Amino acid sequence: MKATSAIMTPAFETAGTWRLPDRGPVGMVSLIIAESAIFTIFVVAYLFYLGKSLSGPTPSEVLETPVFYTICLLSSSLTIHFAGKFLESGKRAAFLTSWFSTIFLGALFMYGTAREWYRLIYEHGLTISTNLFGTTYYSLVGLHAFHVTAGLVMLSIVLIFGLAGRVGADQSGRIGVLSLYWHFVDAVWVVVFTVVYVVGR
Amino acid sequence: MPLLAWLNLTMSGMLLIVITPLTAAQIMLLVDRYLGGHFFDTQAGGSATLWMHFFWIFGHPEVYILIIPCFAFMSEIIPVFSRKPIFGYPVMVGATVSIGFVSMSVWAHHMFTVGMNSYANSFFAITTMAVGVPTGIKIFNWLGTMWGGRIQFKTPMLFCIGFLFQFLIAGLTGIMLASAPFDWQLSLSYFVVAHFHYVIVGGILFALFAAFYYWYSKVTGRMMSERLGKWHFWLFMLGFHMTFDVMHIPGLLGMPRRIYTYEPGRGWDTLNLIVSIGAFVQGIAILVFVANLIISYWKGARAGNDPWDAWTLEWSVSSPPPAYNFASIPTVASRRPLWDLKHPEDPDSRYD
Repeated sequence: MKATSAIMTPAFETAGTWRLPDRGPVGMVSLIIAESAIFTIFVVAYLFYLGKSLSGPTPSEVLETPVFYTICLLSSSLTIHFAGKFLESGKRAAFLTSWFSTIFLGALFMYGTAREWYRLIYEHGLTISTNLFGTTYYSLVGLHAFHVTAGLVMLSIVLIFGLAGRVGADQSGRIGVLSLYWHFVDAVWVVVFTVVYVVGR
Repeated sequence: MPLLAWLNLTMSGMLLIVITPLTAAQIMLLVDRYLGGHFFDTQAGGSATLWMHFFWIFGHPEVYILIIPCFAFMSEIIPVFSRKPIFGYPVMVGATVSIGFVSMSVWAHHMFTVGMNSYANSFFAITTMAVGVPTGIKIFNWLGTMWGGRIQFKTPMLFCIGFLFQFLIAGLTGIMLASAPFDWQLSLSYFVVAHFHYVIVGGILFALFAAFYYWYSKVTGRMMSERLGKWHFWLFMLGFHMTFDVMHIPGLLGMPRRIYTYEPGRGWDTLNLIVSIGAFVQGIAILVFVANLIISYWKGARAGNDPWDAWTLEWSVSSPPPAYNFASIPTVASRRPLWDLKHPEDPDSRYD
């Protein structure tokens, strides 16, 4: 891959002053920009419909702030960051441990979401079709949860390859791309958390 | 970076931010339709106007996504047939990027008749007029490129000149419609239909034709027939102006869009007849174009590497280009590398 990117470099500038960026990070940054626009629209819809539901339940009646699970998800950003550092310096066991912790913390977060949804549906009778709050809440939180799930699948695939001994320091570029995605998912949660649990109540 | 690259970079960046809101809105629509959601359900407090906002957040910048590559074609073709480098390169880049940004804040000018408050109306009227400024700068720069050049009226250049002329008028009716009270009168009329066809046909389609005539030789190795090309151009020009110039008038006279018939005696009959005849003339012109594409593929004159005496790298390789276009990376010192190669005594890089 290094070799092809060197050949493909169009020499618009004098040779040596410019290198073609790796396509992995560029692609992931593009995805993040595009996804940010999607989340923005959902956040706008959520804020626009705050307090516009014609019937209950309302956010202040039923929502509980998921502080513990939020801490889980946010600290998984730290563990994946350190996993990348360990991989670069060739500490394989430390890498696998941090990587597994990331998956564990992410899964814990998903468990928290599942618990919350179960409670909302079976104790408060709030579904996606109950009222505008239900529609916007499940869409926004669900869209984020879908991204966490997709991330967990990708992280698990890396874990399997890692346990098989196929992930080394030469893969750290690709691992970096994946952790970029994970950081994005965490950053989106900060926004969703603020909107749904702080502003929205 | 050549303007073609700059413009496509701008367009690609817009694609990322502009298409995805439509994706989001469609997800919401799916939630509404299949999961019983209420995003756009007015019975449950939802808002249909919100759908319009989300749609036009995509819908209007999309027009710029369509036309920015056409601006790129203009910036490549006009200099070659004016025998001059592009006029005002840095300003062109700045204008392009600012069109990219400003065009994302004009969407609700499609919604003046929805009944937004006066602040929203004023905001979107102002941003819409503002986007006319960088666009105007680009038109001036293309004219500046032609000014004092030795203009060759080959078919690609004819379509470029048609583009400049028609895109200017399309922009002017656009500025008229940007004024909210004017839009209240003419929204959903044939005036609007004429305006956006002026942009899409008179602007984008003319630019695409120019690009076809310009790069066909590079793609196929054969020249397109100049004789058929001129027939195509003049027939299409005639048909275009019969249809879309005249279409403004029934719009001003109050003819609404999206109707299939109307009572006689409203004064629209003759005008619409001319519009229809023009459409057939355009149809014939398109047939001439298609015939030209097909005939030239087999019978066209051999193009050689560089039929237009152009200055960009694609013309330095054979036509059609070899599977691997450059055996070794060409070292480039300016935005017109082939000019530098042809004129080692006076390369562009000397002035950069």
